[in-house]
Amino acid sequence: MTATQTAALRVEKLDRVFDVSAPFLSRLLYRQERRYLHAVNDVSFSVPSGGCLSLVGESGCGKSTVARLVTGIYPPSSGQIRFAPGRSGQPLSAQMIFQDPYASLNPRWRVKTIIAEPLRELKLRDTEALVAERVAELLGIVGLNVADGDKFPHEFSGGQRQRISIARALASEPEFLVCDEPTSALDVSVQAQILNLMRRLQDELGLTYLFISHDLSVVRHMSDQIAVMYLGRIVEHAETEVLFADPKHPYTRLLLETIPDVNSPHRDRKIVAGEVPSPLSPPSGCTFHPRCPLAQDRCKTERPNLETKPDGARVACHFA
Amino acid sequence: MLDATPSCLEVRNLVVEFPGRHGTVTALNDITLDIRPGEILGVVGESGAGKSMTGAAILGLLERPGRIAGGEISLAGRRIDGLGDRAMEKVRGREIGAIFQDPLTSLNPLFTVGAQLSETIRQHIPGTSRAQARARAVELLQEVGIPAPQERVDHFPHQFSGGMRQRVVIALALAARPKLIIADEPTTALDVSIQAQITGLLRKLCKEHDTAVMLVTHDMGVIAETADRVAVMYAGRLIEIGPVEDVLKSPAHPYTRGLMASIPALGARVRTLHQIDGAMPRLNAIPAGCAFNPRCTLAGPRCRRNRPDLIPTRSGQAACWLYEGGVE
Repeated sequence: MTATQTAALRVEKLDRVFDVSAPFLSRLLYRQERRYLHAVNDVSFSVPSGGCLSLVGESGCGKSTVARLVTGIYPPSSGQIRFAPGRSGQPLSAQMIFQDPYASLNPRWRVKTIIAEPLRELKLRDTEALVAERVAELLGIVGLNVADGDKFPHEFSGGQRQRISIARALASEPEFLVCDEPTSALDVSVQAQILNLMRRLQDELGLTYLFISHDLSVVRHMSDQIAVMYLGRIVEHAETEVLFADPKHPYTRLLLETIPDVNSPHRDRKIVAGEVPSPLSPPSGCTFHPRCPLAQDRCKTERPNLETKPDGARVACHFA
Repeated sequence: MLDATPSCLEVRNLVVEFPGRHGTVTALNDITLDIRPGEILGVVGESGAGKSMTGAAILGLLERPGRIAGGEISLAGRRIDGLGDRAMEKVRGREIGAIFQDPLTSLNPLFTVGAQLSETIRQHIPGTSRAQARARAVELLQEVGIPAPQERVDHFPHQFSGGMRQRVVIALALAARPKLIIADEPTTALDVSIQAQITGLLRKLCKEHDTAVMLVTHDMGVIAETADRVAVMYAGRLIEIGPVEDVLKSPAHPYTRGLMASIPALGARVRTLHQIDGAMPRLNAIPAGCAFNPRCTLAGPRCRRNRPDLIPTRSGQAACWLYEGGVE
């Protein structure tokens, strides 16, 4: 968006299709057709270096798939993912922090082994003494004690486990972190600790974040830019302040409308009817038309493209 | 409470213990609360604070070896804490409805929703014919906002989406017209836009039927939208209770204040969020005095010595010495 900043990551026309067909024999016997799920559809964005772009949307919108495509866990069906050269001249290395700190740490390994795994695997330190030194340093960075390295994951609370995940992600000195709902399994007071830690690390280590969340208040706190996804596509992409001050896409307005505001209990809010359709059979035209208050005949047949508005926001709506 | 309306649910000095090899753990300590008909009491706290346990104790669904070690639970004036399993089965469903977090596990995947609704209705309202039960099931589905209830009544749970399933669970909880509904994280598994629909529905139905609701959640946003009063729990105790506006906007207990401040605000953006350092103590290592004192920025010697009970504040109650003689 802002041309002055260099983009750390550029994603162009990204597509990912999953084959969700029934097994071969069932297809043969019951004459079922192959079925495909278009999880990510023509997604393009760039993340400014040192900034934070958030992808928001409801479950099934494809935001986690984008995270996994960016980190290379899934290969894209088509499209390009380009990282800018980092400090070493090589393309930026990306690491990922997962949602559930109970599932993402090996329960049989001591914390120091978990954090040292990338160091040993990628041969980033020559001797065991240097590995131990780096592990101690990483534990310090995320606010844990050196003695915590000898414990097992089950001895820690959710927030502390998420600190361990962050230490492991930082072990290989990445410059780009993909965070997939890093705080949604945590309690609010712990969430604040983790968000503050992530902010501090961003400042100290010059990290760039791709942040995935469904919680708009967290997203607002963390990000410089927000991209709203609906059924595999970006429907609006804008600077955080622009998006909150002037949401243009009807779906973005719906999302903002539904955020409960703890400062005004029993606020009168519009309750929007309808649910997210199945991504297996998305509606024709603009995929949001069945729930949209502005929808007209044109929306049922013609899919709107992302268009740049005067304030820099990109919106995919015929009437925005 | 100054209000003269008799309470629907009354919990007095409830204590729940889990005896174990390494001594007895007190999971709930001295919980006192009440809910009037048509009122929604939100119960909030971090994981492990005892909010779900309070709901389970009222429903008589404590996991073994947990047991009620003291106190009283009364529903519309009748003690229900000492009832046997059979008697309690009659109370559950008929007098207390339950809504749990995951709608898929609360519904039987092998029966149509109509069959499950009819079973509940016939079980709890004797003398209902099959046809009457079915008609009532359709009516209930209509009431919870399921489109085309005539056809949907013959569908299986997997044919419904997450939000629709939770509506079915609400219909099931309402089937026998209970006096009290215990809703444990009813919207946590749902998307934000669906959450608003479900909390709105719950609020509307409870006001229409004059049903008392205990809404257990960790989400302050859900509380703000739904509850009339809030009870805040910390380490197995009730530390603050009061009207929702007051507790959320001007919390009395330092823990509640910290909790509210740590939620990213939608108004002004700040660089660093307020954080409460440390974590809630484990139930077998609760510090002496006030359980919150090691994390509290206002704590004084008295807080480390003596444990405060709920003390009246402007409009509610808070378990903090600040409201009775100070912390010194």
